[in-house]
This record gives sequence, C-alpha cells and structure tokens, in this order.
Amino acid sequence: MSDGTFAELESESIEIIREVAATAAKPVMLYSIGKDSSVMLRLAQKAFYPGPIPFPFMHIDTKWKFREMIAFRDRTAEEVGFKLITYTNPRGAAEGIGPITHGSAYHTDVMKTEALKQALDVYGFDVAFGGARRDEEKSRAKERIFSFRAPGHRWEPKAQRPELWNLYNTRINAGETIRVFPLSNWTEADIWQYIRLENIPIVPLYFAKDRPVVKRFDQWILVDDDRLPLEPGETPEIRKVRFRTLGCYPLSAGIESHASTLDDIVAETLGATTSERQGRIIDHDGAGSMERKKQEGYF
Amino acid sequence: MDTLRFITCGSVDDGKSTLIGRLLYETKLIFEDQLEALKADSKKFGTQGERLDFALLVDGLQAEREQKITIDVAYRFFATERRRFIVADTPGHEQYTRNMATGASTAQAAVLLIDARKGVLTQTKRHSRIVSMLGIRHVALAVNKMDLVEWSQLAFDEIELAYRRFAQDLGFETITAIPLSALEGQNVVDSGRSAMPWYDGPCLLQWLENVEAENRDAQQPFAMPVQWVNRPNLDFRGFSGRIATGSVKPGDAVRISPSGVASRVKEISVWGGAKGSATAGESVTLVLADEVDASRGDVIATVSHPLESADQFEADVLWMSEHPMLPGRPYAALIHSKSASISITHIKHHLDINTGAHLAAKTLSLNEIATVNLSFDRFVPYAPYRENKRLGAFIIIDKLTNETVGAGMIHFALRRAINVHWQALEVTKVARAEMKHQQARCLWFTGLSGSGKSTIANLLEKRLHVDGRHTYILDGDNVRHGLNRDLGFTEEDRVENIRRVGEVAKLLVDAGLIVIVAFISPYRAERQLARSLFDGGEFVEVFVDTPLEECERRDVKGLYAKARRGELKNFTGIDSDYEAPLEPEIHLKTLGTRPESCVDEIVHLLRSWRQAD
Repeated sequence: MSDGTFAELESESIEIIREVAATAAKPVMLYSIGKDSSVMLRLAQKAFYPGPIPFPFMHIDTKWKFREMIAFRDRTAEEVGFKLITYTNPRGAAEGIGPITHGSAYHTDVMKTEALKQALDVYGFDVAFGGARRDEEKSRAKERIFSFRAPGHRWEPKAQRPELWNLYNTRINAGETIRVFPLSNWTEADIWQYIRLENIPIVPLYFAKDRPVVKRFDQWILVDDDRLPLEPGETPEIRKVRFRTLGCYPLSAGIESHASTLDDIVAETLGATTSERQGRIIDHDGAGSMERKKQEGYF
Repeated sequence: MDTLRFITCGSVDDGKSTLIGRLLYETKLIFEDQLEALKADSKKFGTQGERLDFALLVDGLQAEREQKITIDVAYRFFATERRRFIVADTPGHEQYTRNMATGASTAQAAVLLIDARKGVLTQTKRHSRIVSMLGIRHVALAVNKMDLVEWSQLAFDEIELAYRRFAQDLGFETITAIPLSALEGQNVVDSGRSAMPWYDGPCLLQWLENVEAENRDAQQPFAMPVQWVNRPNLDFRGFSGRIATGSVKPGDAVRISPSGVASRVKEISVWGGAKGSATAGESVTLVLADEVDASRGDVIATVSHPLESADQFEADVLWMSEHPMLPGRPYAALIHSKSASISITHIKHHLDINTGAHLAAKTLSLNEIATVNLSFDRFVPYAPYRENKRLGAFIIIDKLTNETVGAGMIHFALRRAINVHWQALEVTKVARAEMKHQQARCLWFTGLSGSGKSTIANLLEKRLHVDGRHTYILDGDNVRHGLNRDLGFTEEDRVENIRRVGEVAKLLVDAGLIVIVAFISPYRAERQLARSLFDGGEFVEVFVDTPLEECERRDVKGLYAKARRGELKNFTGIDSDYEAPLEPEIHLKTLGTRPESCVDEIVHLLRSWRQAD
C-alpha cells in the first residue's frame, strides 16, 4: 500500500479483526451489503490471507432492501466464498411489517433491532462485527471499538470499558456480547478513497444513473418495484440519482448526481456540503434518536 | 498524507468542546444539514444566546447535553491538505481521569486548555502528569478566552511562565504556548494578529499541522507479537501480528521469545502475494523457514535483539474501577497479545496527581495512580513502556466481572528470566506422597463463623489419622496467632491472610501431606487464588453450608452478639460479605446432619476419587 493513511487504517482494522478471531467463541460479521460492509469484507480477507475467513457473515434481511442489493449480496458471497447467513424476523414477516404501512420507526425496530437480537441469540454468536464509523453521527463519536452489551443486548453508556492503546478486553460472561467496529476510525472520504485504491466491488446503486424516482419529504425516493405504492397524483420521473448510503429502500433517499465513476464519487464526497446521513430518514426522528436506538440494541 | 492523533484536555468550562467545534467548522467538516441542526440546538440547549454554540457539535450523548457536561471520550475527525487528524476529546472532571488516560494512550500530542482568567489550575497539573505518564512528548498550551482578559500579553506571559516552571520535570520535548479565543475564532485556524499583534507564533492549526507525528518505533530493532497463528491447512503456517518496532524482510534471522528458538523469515505474506519488507505499525503474516512453534503472545524479534522475558516488574498503574485494587488478589491481564494472571505484590508509592507527592498506600481507589511491584503467573516478553508503548503497556481485568479495572506501564523487570531457574528437585511431590501411601491434597473448608468448619475438620483429621494418613490442619488458631499475627480483618488484610495460608498449604502438599484448611475465606477471588496454586485435582473446596441464622443461634464464641452490638467490625455475615462457592467439590449442608455424617461423606468421596485416579 503506497499511501500511508490507508496503510495505518488498514493495519489497525486488521488487528481488530484478528483479535476477535483469536479470542471470541463464536464471532460473526454483520453484512449490510453497503460500502462499509464491502470494505470490512476486504479487510477480513486480508486479515486471514491465504486462509479463508474463519467466521460466517450474516445479513439481517428486512425484505425491504433494494433488489440490486440482494443480487449483489448473493453474487459476492459466491465469488468470495464466505458463509452467508440471512435472517428475517419471523414475527415481522408474518405480520407483514413494512416501513410504508407501519412507519419507519416501527419497521426499523422490529425488522432490524429486534431481528438482530433474535439472530444473535438463535445462533449463539458472542461477538458481532459491524461497519459503523465514529464520524457518522454524534453519538457514535463516543462508541468504543469493542462495544460491550449486557444480557438482552442492551448498550449501557456507563458499562462501557475504557479502551487504552490497542489492548482490547474481550472477556465476557455468559449472556453478554460484544459488538466490534473495525472501521471506527475511518471517515466517509477514507472509505471511498480506499474502495477506489483497492478497486473493491460495490452495489451499482452508488453510481449515478437515470432511475425512476418520486419526491417525498423533499427527497428523492427510488421506485424500485411495486413494494412502493404511489400516492395519488404521484408519477415517477426519471432523474440521474445515486445513493450515499443504502438501507431499506423507502428509508434511503437518493441524491441528484452525475458521479458515475469512483473518481467522480471521491471528488463529490470530498466536496460534499451535506452529511451522508442526511439521506437516512431514521435520523430525523428527533434529537438523540440514534442514542435511544443504540440503547435498545440497534446497531 | 500522515495522521496525527491528539488529545484535548481541560477543565469543565475551559471551552474544549467549543474549540473542537470551531476546528471542525473552520476546516469545513460541518455539513449544511448539521449546521441546520446546530442552529436549532443552539436555540434549545445553547449557552451562547443568539450565537452558534459550537460545543453542541461535539457533545454527543443526550444525557450529557442535559447536564451540560462531557462525560466520555469522543473521537473526532478532520483533515487539512497537509494532515488527517483524530482528536480524542476528553472530559476534565476528576472522576473521569481514566477517560483522559484512555484518550492519551493513543495520542502523539496534547492540547491542554487553560482559561486565561484562571491560569494554571490543579486540574491542569493533573492532566499534564497523566499526559506525561502516558508518554506524550509534545504539548500545546492553549490559553483560551483571551477575549475575556482584553487580549493581554502580560496575562498570557504569566501563564506560560508558570506552566513551564511546573512542567520542567515532566519530560515533554516541546511545549508551545498559544493565546487564543475559541469563541471568537482568534488564533485557532487563522492568525490572531488583529486581536493580539504581540504574538508571532503559530496558530493552533499550524501547530497541529507541523508537530512531530513520526513513528519512532520504526527506528528500533524488529519485534512483532504473535496475535494469531494462521494455519488454514497443513501446507501453510504463518504468524500474524502487527509489527511493534523496526522493520523486517525475507531472509532476516529472528528469535522467538520466550522460547528462544531461532529461525529465518521466509516470506512476508500479504493479500494477493508477498511483500519485500514491512515496518512498524503494519499488520502482516510472517512465514518462517523452520517448523518452529510460536503461539499467541509470543514475540518474534531480530535474532541479535530478542525480546527479554520476565515475570516480575515495577510498573505504573492507573486504577479505573469503583472497587479498590487489593494487593495479592489475582487479576487477569493483557500485555500486547499475551493473556496472563497477575497480582500486585507491593505498592511502592501512590502518586498524588494534584501535587506530584509520593504517598504510602495499602490499596488503590478509582482514578488513583501508583508505582507498584507486580507479578505475572508466567514469563512474558516485554519492553519498557518508555521504549515502546506496544510492548510495555498492559490492562488489568477483574476475573469475575471481566471489567477493565486498571492500566499499567512497565518500568523494568525486577529479575530476569535468564537468572532464574526453578530448582528441579529429584525428590518430587509425587515421590513424597507415594512414600506415605497417599495422594497429597488440600481440603479447603469455607463457611461462616460458627458453621462447623473446625468441628468437622478436626473429626476428619482424626478419621484420616486412624486410616494411617499423614495430615495437617491450618486454621485460625495456629495461623492467626503466629504467621499472620500482623494481620487484622480489613478487606486487604483478609486477602493477604488467605494468600499466606494458601502458600503454606501448597508447601505442605508439596511435602506430600493431606492438608485441611479451615478458614472463613469469604471471597471467591481469594479461594480462586488458592486453587490456582495447586495442580489439577489437588484442591478440594469444601463448602460448610450453614444458614446465617443457625450460626448466629449457636454463636459458640459470642462473636455474633458482639458484632451485632457494633463492638466487632468487618464481621463476615454481619457487616462484611460472604461469597458462597458456586461449584464446590464438596457441599455439606449441615442443618439436621451430624458432623460424623459429614466426615463420612468426605472420606467416601476421597476414596472414590483415589480409585478413579
């Protein structure tokens, strides 16, 4: 690696990933299909090369992901050869819970937060990697790299362990778990520059393209398929849009952009005047909404 | 582009959050939507009237916004064209010293905030000592709120002088004093010449862009702790880790500590192939030329400078738990990739972080710092912390709660592995026991005062004696009055009491005896410590389980009555805890059982174990 910045970030993340492999009883890497997951996957490959990645990947499928995301997920699992577990909250699926019918807050609570907790319990995973970064959101700036969760997956601000040097305390008692964030010290700009440098495959939705969209809450929502019922008087229009973050599709808004290559995206990111979370409708629920969700076990 | 990690520290109202918010704002790290949110928040929570309250950009948790204080370490990121920055924003309260140490542990430089109106405070001194202890070499003294002292050069000069005088023994290589106003944006990212024409030094951002961030570890001889042994199949075995010091290339001769085995580097394996060389800070996988053994926690180093190993050290320890550190109690520790059990053998002195004075101490409380002697249960490869942070830093973990309770920095080894060879005696423990036709064991009776420990122990010894066994009893009567007569009943004395009893029992077992120990031994951790002294199967924990009410009813020695009257302090069961065994080898429920039956049960079990052996 020629660039010093990425050599250091990369080495730190690899050290974190290896530490989990060396100490956890049953680790899993959460795979959200987004750009951060793609970087985390590459770092895991590097950490254990030439061996295979010694833990499975798990996708919490809300059934509201963009179609291109699911196709990309399955293709990547096959090409890289990692073990992929997909999990959907059976209660939510049975009740047909979705962001449009039940609202974004309830949907996220049942299909992401509750589903993740269920999945960790069902499989007995004691350590779960996540792709969160400290630069994403204010409450995350204080998150540990090894984030301790009490039984029931609760995040207690006061129970977090001091994290000195590169010495991570991975010891836990029965029922306790740890979320580990190897990308804690990466910024959005780092992620994009690394993807370009390493030529890491990402979901095509990140690249600008003519897509059918409708405008809601002053944001561009992709009409991915008939899961999105149109409001009276709404007609999809074709706009050149791309996504800075990918979540459940009615909850992730696109931005108008002409960035159709990685170079364009890096240039656009470095010159951006709005934060990437602006396209995340969940964050607008009110002050401290991320903090509250985190205490409940949302990633 | 390199990265500078720095820490900001200051007292509650020095304006730290405002300063960082200002840095983020001025380096264009604040996006439009965040600015909108900031405007709304400034109205709702702000302390700056109609102006933007930059502190709200960085005070993340809702709880602390409501209390208007920062309660944890926050990491922020910004970049200029010259450098990428990671800021550890740490709170100034006394009770959160541990957070400051956390932030300082990964920082290369420190920005110490001082309120120009208040000058060098006790807090400033405390922060400086922590920053110095954690090994930070470069400090900026940010004299903030200059607007409130009419931009006075005299006020600034006085503060700088006072600080330099105070800091001369702290070992900083450079101290740069900068007058500024975070609120007014003077001397933060732009020159403050309009307000302070008398100042011709760098503004804060210039200092940050130019302060040394070079990795000096790269200049030292090569060393890499083994973090993970990569063995995907029989054809490949690699040792993965992050290089702590120096650099390495294929062909280099190396030696593994502590085993001392030598080999050569055959290949530096990285994603997609091999590398010609690698240097400090890089995560790599080394393939060695020979089939040698190395496991997690071993250190691979240049053959001419193998890492020293030792098990006894002098170190600085910062205590981070609400529960005091007790000398003699076993804790878990992690040093680079090596896990071990440690105990503090002696507190040399407690450092008063406010005055720098050295004080005597028997225990350490939350946020206290001491120089101690400590003992690892095995040899660990290390380097002094001053030479290398990665090889000289360790954390201390409570074995029951698994919380991180302390952080340590090694000064030096008290004795070196090379000088110590445990005398390998030909007359072994087994030989001694066989001569007595028995298996040496330690039967450890624990239970409340008056539970019947001594009664059962004495009966048991008689029974074993009749059977021709060689035994010995250790109890309060023959130990407390002699060997341990210097110990009282405080928590730390109880720990030391049990430690000594455990060690004596170990010697007696080594002599081939069946040792019966009858002590209240109320704490699980100490019983665990005693257990850890013995080989598998030798230690038998016997829980004499009698309810407190029954013990108190019996009250053979009248002690419960005294304790209830408040005449006896720290009495187990009354005003001191008893931690019942979770999985004792033998659990005697005495209520409604005669002592003779209890002895029958023990003897029966001992026989069955012996036959099974």
